[in-house]
Amino acid sequence: MSTKPLKQIHLAAHFPGVNNTTVWSDPAAGSHIDFDSFVHFARTAERARFDFLFLAEGLRLREQGGRIYDLDVVGRPDTFTVLAALAAVTERLGLTGTINSTFNEPYEVARQFASLDHLSAGRAAWNVVTSWDAFTGENFRRGGFLPREERYSRAKEFLAAATGLFDSWDGTEIVADPVSGTFLRDARAGAFTHCGPHFDIEGHFNVPRSPQGRPVVFQAGDSDEGREFAAARADAIFGRYGTLDEGRAFYADVKRRLPRYGRTPDQLKILPAATFVLGDTDAEAHETAHEVRRLQVSGQTAIRYLEHVWNRDLSAYDPDGPLPETDPEPGENTIALGRASVRQFRDPRETARQWRELARAKNLSIRELVIATTARQTFVGSAATVARAIDDLVQADAADGFILVPHITPGGLDVFADTVVPLLQERGVFRTEYEGTTLRDHLGLSVPAPAPSGL
Amino acid sequence: MPASPPPAASRAAASAPLHLAVALDGAGRHPAAWREPGARPGELLTARYWADAVAEAEAGLLDFVSFDDALTLQSSSPDGPDGRTDQVRGRLDAVLTAARVAPLTRHIGLVPTVTATHTEPFHISKAIATLDHVSRGRAGLDVRVSQTAHELRHFGRRAAALPEDEAYEEAADHVEVVRRLWDSWDDDAEIRDVATGRFVDRDKLHHIDFEGRHFSVRGPSITPRPPQGQPLVTAAAATRAAYGLIARSADAGYVPAHDTDAVRAAVAEIRRARETAGPAAEPLHLFGDLTVFLDEDAPAAHARRERLDALAGTPYGDGEAVFTGTPAQLADLLQDWRTAGLTGFRLRPGGISHDLPAITRALVPELQRRGAFRRAYEADTLRALLGLARPAGRYAAQPAA
Ligand SMILES: Cc1cc2nc3c(=O)[nH]c(=O)nc-3n(C[C@H](O)[C@H](O)[C@H](O)COP(=O)(O)O)c2cc1C
Repeated sequence: MSTKPLKQIHLAAHFPGVNNTTVWSDPAAGSHIDFDSFVHFARTAERARFDFLFLAEGLRLREQGGRIYDLDVVGRPDTFTVLAALAAVTERLGLTGTINSTFNEPYEVARQFASLDHLSAGRAAWNVVTSWDAFTGENFRRGGFLPREERYSRAKEFLAAATGLFDSWDGTEIVADPVSGTFLRDARAGAFTHCGPHFDIEGHFNVPRSPQGRPVVFQAGDSDEGREFAAARADAIFGRYGTLDEGRAFYADVKRRLPRYGRTPDQLKILPAATFVLGDTDAEAHETAHEVRRLQVSGQTAIRYLEHVWNRDLSAYDPDGPLPETDPEPGENTIALGRASVRQFRDPRETARQWRELARAKNLSIRELVIATTARQTFVGSAATVARAIDDLVQADAADGFILVPHITPGGLDVFADTVVPLLQERGVFRTEYEGTTLRDHLGLSVPAPAPSGL
Repeated sequence: MPASPPPAASRAAASAPLHLAVALDGAGRHPAAWREPGARPGELLTARYWADAVAEAEAGLLDFVSFDDALTLQSSSPDGPDGRTDQVRGRLDAVLTAARVAPLTRHIGLVPTVTATHTEPFHISKAIATLDHVSRGRAGLDVRVSQTAHELRHFGRRAAALPEDEAYEEAADHVEVVRRLWDSWDDDAEIRDVATGRFVDRDKLHHIDFEGRHFSVRGPSITPRPPQGQPLVTAAAATRAAYGLIARSADAGYVPAHDTDAVRAAVAEIRRARETAGPAAEPLHLFGDLTVFLDEDAPAAHARRERLDALAGTPYGDGEAVFTGTPAQLADLLQDWRTAGLTGFRLRPGGISHDLPAITRALVPELQRRGAFRRAYEADTLRALLGLARPAGRYAAQPAA
């Protein structure tokens, strides 16, 4: 037996909004916009002593076949604004916002995150994403899209510039002594300059150093470049691999890259997105999971999903019939716009071939095929089964923890908090109380020292 | 200080209820305010400080608070940092500060400053819509135009600042985009129709297709229509160039309240511009804007202002509208200036720790005694507090995108 100490699990909660996980038709589903939903969800996560709440982002409503996609939840509030409001109704829970580096400017984003960190007393995190497409760019004043190859060069430079801004105050400048009349120790506080291919900026940053020094940084891309970016710069990865084999491979791959940047494995937490379905027994949970899958993938949804790969109108097909025999439309995907998942299909012809083969072998209809290939239920079973599965995956280095995405808004986390969390606590792998007050404390990350002034 | 009593004929108009807002910034408007006892200068970047200030304003039944902001470090010079270490420097994003206090308040309007010159209208639209969602209908924004070269360098996108008129034109386009995006979802776009599997009725979501000189935006917003439909848009008539922006784009404008004649002239000019350039059918509030130093007796107020001036090393008020005196004198003045066509006032506390409670605990009761201010919040949304209707979406019932 190994004497390796038990790893402590990190848990976070992804507010279930715009995605095909959400079962909005369930009578228990509430609003995904009303602030009460966010309050309920955040308080459940905090009651369960989770590390943080997570918000995704999309900057254009998805369209398919030239029309707004209407089968999933549509619409979401502004990330920063919701997180700042949630800081008022929670005390310890980390607040992680997904903010794009293509359609924003470093000065503005840096001051929003620094402000959020002040207003939450040290609980802010930034998931840097790099969507770059012209479709999204149509909502921004410069049509601000990028060639695909430049998405990470801009992201890297964006983060470097933002870091320069965060570090332009070292945290000792504010004296605020009314007697002597000294407010600032040094008038140069906040001075910065950054010059690169994407940003040529200089001046004075106007938010003094925040409680965490800098917000925690997450990364969510999966390409080689994305992994390298994460290894170099991120504190945590929002990953997509929640199974043992894929998870271990991803985990090992990313952590292996760290020494190159002078970093140790514990400086980058790997937190895959994960869904769960709970029941009194494993059998009951599997039955519920099956129903949830049927609700997530209606016949119409299945056809629309297939169109991502085929890149053509398939509305004439019967979802309960066989897959199209024709091949996908080659070239850029023009039928489904604004969906991150579209980018998964690097080789649509090959994907189509594999799917046809699978469907033939198992005699699957279109809908059954989509249900099978999009299966994203990471944890299904009784609370005991799920607690054990989570613990096993973490101890096996398939992850450092999970970002849970319930399929019901906003109450879908409650049962997990009430049944699985106590079992993880019993196993000694999850906190029973917050030990610290900041998100860095929860994640076991140190507060970064400001880089020596570049001026 | 023009302290002559209002003419008898206007007494009746002057006693009609007026609207009151306060502008919050740091420790207060006076640069030495942070040195006042009770100013809490070490807490200006904490949520508690802002929550306390807004709670005080709400206890005084004020219509709204505005939160000053800029995308640059505070300075006494328009050309860039002034190198001073004896004044408050550093502040938090106003939209986030407003959002942070929203769940802690119930009635008061929350109006953060937004710099139109350097921001994306798409982001601003969803941020203010969301502030409206989290505050349940109490959001607004104060449009700011930036013309300084040093602020421009924080963004590095343009070589030089736009000429003043063009910068205001750009801001008006910015507001137009923001407003169209608020309307880009019909109120009843979310249908959750289980029978057909449709979450939204996409005929009720609209591309806005704005094409202007400085930007084009396709839409629709990612955020559903805010509770007020259109949150309150405000702008300061700091210079004449801003009159057009107010006339074309605002629900409320702030007019520097120096003296009755100046106010009367500005009000007339803005209202005329509204007739020609703006949505003349929509009511436009014009608020007098002034800094106040209030004490129970006038000499004490003057002494306090002088003491602050001595600490700052320069007399305060260069070009600013300032009132120094008692709450009763200020009440007289506000009622007088109202007759110049103003519908309310935005007061800037000289020092927040002293002058904000003076407004809520002395000026407000004085106005109430005169029947000129509410005794309880009569509505839950900011528009309703200001007597503005909730507008229908401009695209509603049109065939969709
Ligand atoms: C698990 C996961 C979650 C993501 N979430 C978002 C999101 O919320 N918003 C967004 O714009 N992009 C999101 N992305 C997209 C990435 O930021 C990135 O743009 C995309 O994956 C392409 O980069 P890549 O080629 O490195 O994967 C996500 C990606 C992954 C893997």
